[in-house]
Amino acid sequence: MGRYVLRRLLQLIPVFIGTTFLIYWLVWSLPGDPFSGKCGDRPCPDSYIAFMTEKFNLDDPLIVQYGKYMADLLTGDFGETFRGTSVGELIGEAYPNTIRLALVALAIEAVIGLGAGILTGLRGRGFLDNVVLVSTLFLISLPVFVTGFVLQIVLGFELGWIKTTVTASPAPWGQLIVPGFVLGSLSMAYVTRLTRTSIAENKRADFVRTAVAKGLPQRRVVGVHLLRNSAIPVITFLGTDLGALMGGAIVTEGIFNIKGIGNLVYRGILGKDGLIVTGVVTLLVMVYLLSNLLVDLLYAVLDPRIRYD
Amino acid sequence: MTDPSTAATGAAVTTTAAEHVTAAEHVETKGSNKPRSLASDAWYDLRRRPLFVISAALILLVVLMALVPTLFTSADPNYGDLNRSRQGPSADAWFGYDNQGYDIFSRTIYGARASIVVGVSATVLTILIGATLGLLAGFYGGWIDGLMSRIADVFFGLPFVLGAIVILSSFRSQGESSATEIMVLVVLSISLLSWPVCMRIMRSAAITAKQQDYVKAARALGASSSRIILRHMLPNAIAPVLVYATIALGAFIGAEATLSFLGLGLRAPVVSWGVMIADSRDVIRVAPHSLLFPAAFLTATVLAFVMLGDAVREALDPKMR
Repeated sequence: MGRYVLRRLLQLIPVFIGTTFLIYWLVWSLPGDPFSGKCGDRPCPDSYIAFMTEKFNLDDPLIVQYGKYMADLLTGDFGETFRGTSVGELIGEAYPNTIRLALVALAIEAVIGLGAGILTGLRGRGFLDNVVLVSTLFLISLPVFVTGFVLQIVLGFELGWIKTTVTASPAPWGQLIVPGFVLGSLSMAYVTRLTRTSIAENKRADFVRTAVAKGLPQRRVVGVHLLRNSAIPVITFLGTDLGALMGGAIVTEGIFNIKGIGNLVYRGILGKDGLIVTGVVTLLVMVYLLSNLLVDLLYAVLDPRIRYD
Repeated sequence: MTDPSTAATGAAVTTTAAEHVTAAEHVETKGSNKPRSLASDAWYDLRRRPLFVISAALILLVVLMALVPTLFTSADPNYGDLNRSRQGPSADAWFGYDNQGYDIFSRTIYGARASIVVGVSATVLTILIGATLGLLAGFYGGWIDGLMSRIADVFFGLPFVLGAIVILSSFRSQGESSATEIMVLVVLSISLLSWPVCMRIMRSAAITAKQQDYVKAARALGASSSRIILRHMLPNAIAPVLVYATIALGAFIGAEATLSFLGLGLRAPVVSWGVMIADSRDVIRVAPHSLLFPAAFLTATVLAFVMLGDAVREALDPKMR
């Protein structure tokens, strides 16, 4: 197990470097003046350009720039924006909001998705099954921003049940329920379908028949024998989804005005503030890779037949 | 469906079983009149599915809208009259007018073209890159496979919306770009971020196909690598990729709308559903119909492709029956 983790961690390094370098290259070294539009409508003064070029090592070859940036990053220094605020602080303020939002979304999709999936998987074909299938199809086809807008209009403006924007930072949990639902709605549909297929397949498996034949109560057959064996594809999906949720939060955060990572990075891109973008994306990639690793390790817990060494 | 990569993970998990199709099908059908090929068997099965018929009809309708919009409406989508700004649906304009006084029905019809063009070309490009690399990686294995898989991991690690935003904003900052340029950029950025999924699906299918007896037989007969790949492995490994392509097409149409909505994809004077939804953003409370109709068409189109993908998957995969 230990060697497996080590090997996986070593494999992460080239991927991590590749992805962050790709982003760095995209953000910093495309043809065009990096200072265009940085100083409002007029061109930037020469002294400013000289200062910034010095500060961000813009004269070095790209690979050296990237190396210096990564070296700073490893010591926990995210650098400063063009306006002089510390990127680390900005991320520190925004991150809790996004993590909360992603956790709410993950909880909603796990509870509703797993519940609906188990229910329909156990019952088999019938009215309920069709209702769930049709509604998941519908959720899959609905773009997130449409779901967001419609819920915002209906629940916020028309019915007045929720606040249309999340004002406070850190965002209170209660206000995040609807945005979390919007963010998680697509994945919820996938979780439902995966669980349903997985349970329907395992329902006829030998080990379930054995468990029933042994006279185990229904609760134990379903809760332990069936669920644990059906959980692997669902857990895989949920694990990879955590990273996707954080990256996908841009739209949801924009609609509900949550001051999270997505909002930060979007403003960074529009304001051409490369350090914000690279910093946030690096962090997101790290979360994504680590959650994938965690999922792989969870396999062994769920299914003791899987051995890593 | 704004994030095709998550969409694809859902598809990928279940499509890996599609290789079961290969051998058993022919045995079953020999009993009837004459043996049917896998494709014609799937087609025979598909025609009997209501899901397939409905979704195919919807898609045909949308494609017709994209090809000959004048068939459906005679109003000019780019003629705005501020006098009729934000008027609700009426007999003159079935879907009402938007903030600029444009006829929403006519714009919705014309908007199909941009969405379909972007969706189809992004899908074709994704499949071309992903399937080629996946086939090569699956066939050769070894260090080629390792290298390609790592490269795929690099692109896979980028969150979709974020990656697309970065690519689009970086490449577009060099002066004004024309509508076609933006469209090409949108297509490129969608494919660049989606090909790893397709490659993984193709790779696993190719690895399964490579171990089959017919590949060994072909090799024993002295067939060249290119012949084995193109004539033996490709036809047998393409099924899961086709399923992915159908679902991804829907997802890409949604992705284009999301990017346009964020102000980074297509924009006026190009008419697309995403642009219309983005335009409706500020008047959403006074004129909800300007959001509702394009969003409904967008959802219906994506839905049609997802349903088609589901139907195709079930037809190609006897395990699901």
